[in-house]
Amino acid sequence: MSPVPLHWYLAVAFLLFVLGLLVVLSRRNLIYILMGVELILNASSLVFVAFGSYRGAKGLLDGTVIGTFIVVLAAAEATIALAIVLNIFGTFHSVRPEDPNLLKE
Amino acid sequence: MSAEILAFLVLATATVAGGVVTLWSRYVVHSAFGLMLSLLGVAGFYVLLGSDFLAVTQVVVYVGGVVVLYLFGVMLTPPDREERSIRRIAVAGIFAVAALVVLLKAVFGMEGRWYGVDPDRGPASGGAVIREVGNAFMDKEAYLLPFEIASVLLLVALVGAVFIARREGGRGS
Repeated sequence: MSPVPLHWYLAVAFLLFVLGLLVVLSRRNLIYILMGVELILNASSLVFVAFGSYRGAKGLLDGTVIGTFIVVLAAAEATIALAIVLNIFGTFHSVRPEDPNLLKE
Repeated sequence: MSAEILAFLVLATATVAGGVVTLWSRYVVHSAFGLMLSLLGVAGFYVLLGSDFLAVTQVVVYVGGVVVLYLFGVMLTPPDREERSIRRIAVAGIFAVAALVVLLKAVFGMEGRWYGVDPDRGPASGGAVIREVGNAFMDKEAYLLPFEIASVLLLVALVGAVFIARREGGRGS
């Protein structure tokens, strides 16, 4: 009975990262784009924990701590970014990233 | 097929499917639920990797907090049906496929141990119990400084979100 190799975890994390990248690049709604950022952050966290876990108990501890910091970062980011998006919607009545263009005029 | 591999495959399917739903759905709410499925799958991976604390944190903070926040954001903005622009998706797809190829080549082209990691030894078991995680957070030699910075960051985010989301002028203007 062989354990799951590390490559599989990394492959899933990369797929998740690429999906998040696609969401960020192809969507035209700020809320979608923020969801894509969450996917990317999760992929990075998964890579940290997977590598740490395959290093042994000490590595798993480090991976867990870094993953916790990423969760904290993502929570703070989501709060602030959604507040900004709601403010943009209140000002421009749109959640498209190309509509706030006051500096262009 | 061992139970671990079976669990891995189920979680991988859920995670990637959630990401695909987030990418392809035409409704923001469906995308938010796809994101939730994906985050739950990642929490399952944390359990498989032996990091129970992070799995619980993931479910409580992400699924219970961040996704609900996104659902509020969806409710407070208009339903915006997206017209898909083929050119935009094609350009994004080229970037994404290039990134995926580079990353997968970097990993699967690797042989034997790398950076002190043996990819076939299997995940650590029972490494990060909550007591050790707490000690690492409070240890001056380990993660005390990042921990304090994170708490300041959360305070700043709290005050900043209240300040930004507040209506200008107060008194119902």
